[in-house]
Parts: sequence; C-alpha cells; structure tokens
Amino acid sequence: MEQLTTIGLNHYLTISAFLLGFGLFAVVTRKNAIVILMGVELILNAANINFLAFSKYNGEMQGAMFSLFIIVIAAAEAAIALAIVINIFKIFKSVDVSSIDSLKE
Amino acid sequence: MFELPTGAEIQGIIASLKVSVGFFIPEIYLSLLFMFLIVVDLVAKGRKNSMLAISTLAGLAGSFFFIYQQQSLHAGEFFFGMYVLDEFALFFKYFFVLSGIFAVIITMADEQFDREVKSMGEYYALIVSMVIGMIMMASSADLMMIFLSMELVSFSAYILTGYFKRNARSSEAALKYLVYGAVSSGLMVYGFSLIYGLTGETNLIKTGAALAAQGNTHSLVLMLSSLLIIAGFGYKIGAVPFHFWSPDVYEGAPTPITAYLSVASKAAGVALLIRFFYIAIPHGTLEVSSQTGIDWVMMLLVLSVGSMIYGNVVALWQKNVKRMLAYSSIAHAGYLLLGIIVLGKFGTQATLFYLLSYFLMNFGAFYVVILIANKIGSENLDDYRGLGKKMPLAAAALTVFLVSLVGLPPTLGFIGKLMIFSALLAKGSLYLWLALIGIMTSVISLYYYMLIPLNMYLRESSQNDNKEMNPGIFAQALMAVLMFLTIYFGLFFTPLSHFSKYASAMFGITLN
Repeated sequence: MEQLTTIGLNHYLTISAFLLGFGLFAVVTRKNAIVILMGVELILNAANINFLAFSKYNGEMQGAMFSLFIIVIAAAEAAIALAIVINIFKIFKSVDVSSIDSLKE
Repeated sequence: MFELPTGAEIQGIIASLKVSVGFFIPEIYLSLLFMFLIVVDLVAKGRKNSMLAISTLAGLAGSFFFIYQQQSLHAGEFFFGMYVLDEFALFFKYFFVLSGIFAVIITMADEQFDREVKSMGEYYALIVSMVIGMIMMASSADLMMIFLSMELVSFSAYILTGYFKRNARSSEAALKYLVYGAVSSGLMVYGFSLIYGLTGETNLIKTGAALAAQGNTHSLVLMLSSLLIIAGFGYKIGAVPFHFWSPDVYEGAPTPITAYLSVASKAAGVALLIRFFYIAIPHGTLEVSSQTGIDWVMMLLVLSVGSMIYGNVVALWQKNVKRMLAYSSIAHAGYLLLGIIVLGKFGTQATLFYLLSYFLMNFGAFYVVILIANKIGSENLDDYRGLGKKMPLAAAALTVFLVSLVGLPPTLGFIGKLMIFSALLAKGSLYLWLALIGIMTSVISLYYYMLIPLNMYLRESSQNDNKEMNPGIFAQALMAVLMFLTIYFGLFFTPLSHFSKYASAMFGITLN
C-alpha cells in the first residue's frame, strides 16, 4: 500500500519507460514527419525524467545539469528538423514520409 | 537538497577553469574560426568567389600549429573530468582537421554547387563546426560531453546533407538522416540515463569503476542500457543493423559531404566507441565481462560480422557509384569494429592505422567521382564506359583507390587489412573464424569494386567521341599525389604505423 501512496523513484521510472515506449511507437508507426519528430521529443523527455529522478534520489547535481542540456539540445533539434521538414513540404507538397521516396535501390 | 558552494569553493572552481582553458586552445581557435567565417560570408555576400573557401583552408591549416603545441603537454583530464587530452585525442585532432581541409578542397572542385546553390553561405562554417564537434567527440570523457559533441556533429551534418535546398534528393536525404539520427541519439541518451542511475556518475572513468564494483547486481538494466547506447554509436559509424540511413544519405547528399561523412563522421564514432568501450565498460578479465550481464565484445562481434557481410553483399547490385561506395563504407565499418574487438594496444593501433588508410583511399575515390561527374554529369556505372581513354589519369587514380579499398597489395588498404587481421590472429585461434569472414567478404568486394575499372577500360561508350576530357591542372596534380601516397604508404608504411602506435595511448587506462 505504501508503494502506491508515496511517490518514489519507481513511479518516475515507470512514467519515463512509458514515455519511451510511446515515443518509439510514434516513430515506428506514424507516417507524418511532424508526428515522428514529436515521438523523438517524447524519447528525449523520457531520458530527462530519468535523469531528474536519479538526480533527486542520489543527491548529485550531474543529472539535473544533464537534463538542462537535453532540453536545450531538443530545442535546437526541433528548429533544424522543422526547417528541413518545411523545405521537404516545399518540394514534395507533403510531409508524409512514405511518399518521399525519390532515392531508391 | 543541493547545498550552495562557499566562496572558497567558487574560487577553486574558477581557478580550475582557468587552468583547463589552457588545454582547450585548438577548440577555442576553431570556434573563433567558425564565427569569423560567418562574418566573412556576411561581408562578401552575393559575390561568388573562393574567398570563403580560401579562408577556411587557411584557418584549418592554422589550427595544426595549436594542435602541434599540445603534443608537449602531459596527458590528463580537465574541466572537472569532462574532457581529456591524450595521444589518442591528438591523433583524432590531426585526423579531423585534415579531413575538414580535404572536404573544402573537394568542394571547390565540385561544379554541382555552381548549379544548385546561389551562395556558399554557411557551408564552410558548418564544415568547421563539424570539425570542432568531432574533435570533442574524440576527447570527451563524460556522458554529457559525449552527447553534446555528438549532437553538434549531427546537427551540422543534417544541414550540410540538405544543402541543395531545391534538390529533392538532397532534401530527402536530410530528412532521413535527421529522423534516424534523432531517434538513435534519443535512445542513446536514455541509455546514458540508466547508466547514470546505476552508478550515480557521468564521468567515464568513475562509471567504469562503479560498474566494476557493482558486479552483476543490475545485469538486466545494464543490458538494456548497453543496447540503447550501442544504437547511438552504431548509427554514427553506420554499422548493421543501424545502417538504414547511410545508403540514402550518401547518395542524396552533395558528394563532398558524402566523402566527409563517410570518413570523418565514421572515424568520430569509432573514436567515441573505443573510448567508451575501453574505459566505461569494465573488462580485462573474462570473469568481469560475464559478470556485468552483457558482453560488449559479443555485441560488437554481431555488429561487425553483420556489417561486413551485408555491406559487401548488397553492394554487388548497385548501379550508382556513390551508393556502391555507401555500402562499401558499411562494410568498412565492420572491418574497423574487428580492430576494436581485439582490445589492447595492438588492436587500437590497427584500428587507427585502418582509419588512416581509409581516409586516403575514400577521399581519393570520392574526389575522382566528383571530377568524373563534373565532366559526364552522372554517377551511374554505365556512364563510366570508355573513361579510361577520355580521362586517363582519373581512371588510373580511381583504379588505385578501388584496389586499395579491396585491400590488395601494393596499396595502403592492404597494409590496413593486414594489421587488423594480424591483430585478430595475435589473440590466438579464438578469432580465427572472424578473420576468415573478413577475408572472404574482402574477396566478395573485389567483384563490385572491379566493375568500375571494367567499365572504364574494357567497355566502349555508346557515343563514339573519344576526345579527352581535362579536369584541370590542379585536380590532375592532386589526384596524382593522392594516388602516389596510396601506393607509397603501401610500400613504406612505417611512419603511419608508428604514428598510430604513438596514438594508441588513452588517459585513464593502460593498454597492453
């Protein structure tokens, strides 16, 4: 019962594992480039939660620092990714990754 | 939860930072060069000239001076264990600056840029930022630095891959590179978070010690995180099964970027993998490796065998020379992994030597492919017919580079493969079968590499105009020099071998 009522490390880790799963699921199944990028953000945030939770429960600062840097990197990644996706849309008139196949065997 | 540092502690931190900056001069110099190039681009906007390229070349060459100065410094860690300076890192600093220079030179030769883009803009600045990122990848000793430097390289590479904005193939390559890269680096950082949770450390040396002390108490978590981390590293070196991006990206990207990615970015991944695998993963005795739940040697074995077989076999069907070289680079990732599996001093030396030989022959091959594409406007195998008569020197040079890629004497590639295989066999009969797979797949690769000389020399082109095409005196000279070096170092390889032996020393671990 105590496991359920008090929030502990395991709760955070479970949430982050779910986020990782959802992120991977989105990346694998979706066809829209934007949704794939959203999946990537979920994966990065899963790592973020992990770092913060571990950092909170072992009292060291490194994890919190790491997650700050992940947030910054995720923002930079989104900027570059959206620039590329906009360019793709200009050329192919679509952001559906299955219809973008000018490179073939 | 966290205590504020006292005044004395802050003073100490500042003093330590001041000392650390002294070990960071090449990177600072290159960062200034990056900003300088952006300013030069703003000043020279609109004018299509080689000023940017020349200043990039001069700037990159200038960094050799600072790197050379570092050779006299002692190996050590600085920035609170985030960053190290050792012979291994120095080797890669030379390697990456040199590959940046080559990337600029072959970009200047490529006429596709004149057709596709109006101005070179940030192109050269991004090449420099990639050099900085790769140097940092080879020198990081902390999970956070590894992640940051890897993302710096990846982001620059995404933009460079999609540099031909109006070209559908280039943009598509950028999108594919981006999606695969983002997912695998996300998985890698999740793996890092698990390692951090297990050990409470992000420094590689401390992580290695903590993991060794732990034994097999958390073997399942360690296995999961190892798999996730391998996904990130494997993507960077383009090994099977994380190779899906590489054929498309290599075919779609501007050819100089293809050459740059296939040599420098792969080498950066190898450097990172070696440092991480040697230092952070406890091994040395067989008991430890079986204790920690997952055998990294076993994992790398699977990657290596898969890459060698898949890369060489699928290349057999390729009709586009760039795409064929992409599959061949997957195969070469497999050979590089063989050297890493061996562990120890000899294995590292063999891997570094192989990287040097791969540098020379792959840049050479791509350079000739660019020069040929300038003249015939195509990278298709069938269009190479009759080139032996039209461009005699280019055809001869390409043949030498391909012979070297196969690994036949008297070229540098032969010595590289020889060192890798003898390092494997020095481990006893344990890895004999691996060396056999390596040799067999090299034999397979002979077929597809030799298709190119076959088309160039023995088949006539459909249009019967046998007029010679001259790629220009500078290009001729550079091709001749590269061809000469490939053969020269194949015969007198002692300097390179000594250099790679010197470089196989890492801070935080004694190799034997």
